[in-house]
Amino acid sequence: MAQVSVRNVSKVHVPHAGAPLLALHEVDFDVERNEFFSIVGPSGCGKTTLLNLLAGFEQPTRGELRVDGELITAPGWERAVVFQEYALFPWYTVSQNIRYGLKRKRCPPAEQDRLIEHYIGLVGLGGFESRYPRELSGGMRQRVSIARALAVNPAILLMDEPFASLDIQTREYMQDELLKIWERERKTVIFVTHSIDEAVQLSDEVVVISPRPGKIVRRVAVDLPRPRTLELRQSADFQQLVGEIKQIFTGYGVI
Amino acid sequence: MRLPEDRVLPGPWPEEREQPSSPGDAANAPLERDLARQQRRAVSDPAAIARLAASMVPPRPPAWRRILSEVQHFWLLVAFLLVWQAVSVFGTRINPQLDVMLPPPTAVFSAAVELANRHALMPQIVDSLYRVLLAVGTASVIGVPLGLAMGWFPRFRSIVDPLLEFIRPIPPLAWIPLSILWFGIGDTQIVYIIFLAAFFPIVLNSMAGARDVDTYLVRAGQSLGARPGELFATIVLPAALPNIFTGVRVGLGIGWMALVAGELVAAPTGLGYMINNARTIFRSDYILLGMVLIGVLGLLLDFGMRRAALLIMPWHKGQ
Repeated sequence: MAQVSVRNVSKVHVPHAGAPLLALHEVDFDVERNEFFSIVGPSGCGKTTLLNLLAGFEQPTRGELRVDGELITAPGWERAVVFQEYALFPWYTVSQNIRYGLKRKRCPPAEQDRLIEHYIGLVGLGGFESRYPRELSGGMRQRVSIARALAVNPAILLMDEPFASLDIQTREYMQDELLKIWERERKTVIFVTHSIDEAVQLSDEVVVISPRPGKIVRRVAVDLPRPRTLELRQSADFQQLVGEIKQIFTGYGVI
Repeated sequence: MRLPEDRVLPGPWPEEREQPSSPGDAANAPLERDLARQQRRAVSDPAAIARLAASMVPPRPPAWRRILSEVQHFWLLVAFLLVWQAVSVFGTRINPQLDVMLPPPTAVFSAAVELANRHALMPQIVDSLYRVLLAVGTASVIGVPLGLAMGWFPRFRSIVDPLLEFIRPIPPLAWIPLSILWFGIGDTQIVYIIFLAAFFPIVLNSMAGARDVDTYLVRAGQSLGARPGELFATIVLPAALPNIFTGVRVGLGIGWMALVAGELVAAPTGLGYMINNARTIFRSDYILLGMVLIGVLGLLLDFGMRRAALLIMPWHKGQ
């Protein structure tokens, strides 16, 4: 059985004024355990709504979402989220931010210390333990956010355009870092992005969502070897996959 | 900025300047490899980087310079006092009435010394300060939790809001006659008036703080497993702290206004009473002294609040 199953999910947003908006329409997919799964689509296509449903921040209007057979009804650490704007707690230092989820899990203090040290090392932030988030660069903040999410040992890591606010060099660097981390700590990752390149480079599988209403129009298996090196990214196979997906986008007149 | 030749920072790769490398030259290849290795080591050794950073920090300016840069903020205040002194002293020669209408700062100072020697000053200050602190403290103890609850629970807000908005526009001073009936003349009545004045800014600011908490921070907390109570204590409260401080600071300011108004109307002691009493005996130097003292006390309390804010919210520094 697939770890995550999304069955026939529709979501209607009811604004304060104006007509109700169909954000997602009959979305249906599975995600296997330890798979790197990307949801790609133009902005406003409902991909963030889909992630919010998976996180449990919102409830679907129709259909159901399950993890290991359990219905998703509320947010929880089994589905940790990495947000685009990091969402670090400004009043906590780097290590206090990472400690937050561990404390809520009632993890023993010695174990908390060990895990914090491990994850700070994993994301390469040794020496920055007692800095406040505002003292860090965007890339460093996002690394804290990733460490904070991984530290609670979630079943699934949900990432909502995590690198969209970073400059291009930092973004490419963070993509490589994320893959390295993922190689070391295998997890199911559901990754939302509007960048086709990013989706293809990172994922085992990509679903393409069309805008208004958000609907899955294509599933693409990415059978490229790992690790995904720079050479691979410049290869014809890679470019062909990217081009294929781009064409779907163009068909909707969104590029 | 260009450094003079002899002040170029010491690098561990002196060859670099002596031997400009020409890429592709096979004879230079070992040297280039060596250079690259040295440079890698130089930027990956944390101790060396720390030393380098420390060597670039400009030296701390001498003490007299630091004091001067602090003191220079007060030049406008000093100029104001000097102009006031000049206007009073020279103005009195032209119009003798000015002696009573606007005594100079020196006269206010000697009034302070005179009253202090008669032990007539400290009790007034202590009484007024006590009333303000008790009233604003009580307003904070009730107003902050109420405001936070209103900001965090929209349903609670929708019930409480109409009542608050009905009472809020009534000026605290309009309560004075009724409060004298209820509490008589004395501390309780004045504390009640100051409480009313300080209460609303504290409630409204705390409410805004809790209501405007970043949704993503709340969601991050939820997805990391925070229960509702933990969410409130670890996210809503710290996020609202800057607004709470603003509310209490505004409350303190308005509290002083209400204090003087209350003491002017009905009080046996206090700085407001001192001002009003001085009016009846034509001692304008006492009046001005009372006004100056209220200004100074307000300034000191606000300074204390800002220092406390920095201590409680170290992450908020410089914002």
